[in-house]
Amino acid sequence: MAADIGATETTHGSRKFGRYVLLVFVAIVVLFPIYATLMQALKSGPDSIDHPTSLLPINLTLDTMRAAWRIGDLGRLLLNSLFVSIVVTIGVIVTSVLAAYAFAFLDFPGKGLLFAFFLATLLVPAELTVVVNQRTISSLGWINSYQGLIVPLLATTFGTFLVRQVFLTVPKDLREAAALDGVGHFRFLGEVAVPLCRPTLGALALFTFLGTWNQYLWPSAIITDDEHRTIQIGLERLKTGDVDKLNLVTAGTVIAALPIFIVLVAFQRQLVRGLTAGAVKG
Amino acid sequence: MKRRWRQFPVAIGMLAPSAIILGVFVVYPLIHSIQLGHLRCDATGTRCRDGGWIQYVDVFRSNEFQHALFNTIGLALMTVPIGLALGIGLAVLADKHLRGIGFFRTVFSSTVATSVAVASLIFFVLLQPEVGLLPHLFHGLFPVLKDPGLLRDPTTAMPAVALSSIWASLGFTFIVITAALQGIPRELYESAFVDGAGGWTRFTNVTLPMLGPTILFTSVVLTTRAFQAYAEIALLTGGGPDPERPTQTVAYLIYGQNSLVKNDIGLKSTSAVLLFLVLLVLAFVQFRGLDKRVHYGS
Repeated sequence: MAADIGATETTHGSRKFGRYVLLVFVAIVVLFPIYATLMQALKSGPDSIDHPTSLLPINLTLDTMRAAWRIGDLGRLLLNSLFVSIVVTIGVIVTSVLAAYAFAFLDFPGKGLLFAFFLATLLVPAELTVVVNQRTISSLGWINSYQGLIVPLLATTFGTFLVRQVFLTVPKDLREAAALDGVGHFRFLGEVAVPLCRPTLGALALFTFLGTWNQYLWPSAIITDDEHRTIQIGLERLKTGDVDKLNLVTAGTVIAALPIFIVLVAFQRQLVRGLTAGAVKG
Repeated sequence: MKRRWRQFPVAIGMLAPSAIILGVFVVYPLIHSIQLGHLRCDATGTRCRDGGWIQYVDVFRSNEFQHALFNTIGLALMTVPIGLALGIGLAVLADKHLRGIGFFRTVFSSTVATSVAVASLIFFVLLQPEVGLLPHLFHGLFPVLKDPGLLRDPTTAMPAVALSSIWASLGFTFIVITAALQGIPRELYESAFVDGAGGWTRFTNVTLPMLGPTILFTSVVLTTRAFQAYAEIALLTGGGPDPERPTQTVAYLIYGQNSLVKNDIGLKSTSAVLLFLVLLVLAFVQFRGLDKRVHYGS
């Protein structure tokens, strides 16, 4: 018996070691593209393509980052992306909460029909709508404008349903009791319903922000000028035919990914909640 | 009855913002695209005539669409199974109470911070045959890395796109599956262990069935992503290399820089509606096929 326990412990120990070896190996593979990009972005032109030194953290300089920032006008691109993403996030939160409230707490003629209408939009991919939306935005005179980037994204069925799920957990009696006390819908919304779904709203906000920030097809369909370009479509300008200048691209990707990396580290909990919201049954 | 009508104005007021946006920018485009899909236009795109419903059949059967659909399916067949397997593998690997496991989890989730555009540009530089790091390190093993370069060889271009795409979505897959793993009750493993089940048996008899709904969800998301692949094609290959154009996906056929149908609103709409139908069928098949095998717990 005692010998048995000893045996299991040693296999356990070597297994643990094996697992660490595997973990370190996989971590190196996964991190390699990020590490190589970071190193190249932190070197001057010749060093970044001199491969023995390109992977080592020596001769680090911010010159390439500065050059990419200047040549790509990255400050402007980042501000555009930030502005559009923040406005869309606030807008989606407001429209989702309002629509979810109507679906969860109110009873009105045509409710079933409207619900089906919302449900149907879940099936339609952006790749289908861009053709017509491009024309709509053009006829509104919104090509190359912030409105064009923002307005079509201001409501999502995903957000409405996510918030509605939480609202449905509120007992109906609570709303009815509040109504008897003369509490109006908007006060009930602000004082009871919204505080209840704060964690969900956090996840929805983070998710909407990331989704908007990462938009590629839509901005590239309606933005052609430098003034309104977002970071995702603007980075491409650093990609020239000149191979000596490729490290400008790496510097650009680092600058573009950094804000998102910071946001994700700060909001890890909301991220996991948001990503898994679609996966759990409900 | 009276109450229902009394709540009508406030309900409509609350639903109006969402309903208007979704109506104008999702439902109207859907309906209007189906109508526009009938049009056939001349080279300048100004004069169009009605081609009728038959245009959908014509476009679907056209060489260009079939070729793009074939390429897109090829991309999905690489990114979905490999992406899922890696996500599950990494999640299971990191699902142990070991010292420093938090660090590894952070590393495995890290690619979630890169957008498709950022990931594609990272791989564009890494794979660049003249100065890229991967060709420099591995061209002895794989000469194609330097001559002509992974993205410039017609047989390796799409696998290279898939590589970038799998890497970019690894963080997402890992996070979702890790969260699902943590929801599996420990008692299930313990009773399997008591019954004498080894590590692999526990994985196939407990872990995989319990992950069912999550695997279904993840595979639908990964498939949809592959079928909507646009940014990675635009930035990595531009649909090339010519003349085979093995990375011309359906989304890139519709929206790409050098798209054949660029000025033809009719054919553009036809192709977009067809892409939508393909996605619809795929989602349906995945739910039907996997739902039977999925264990939703109790």
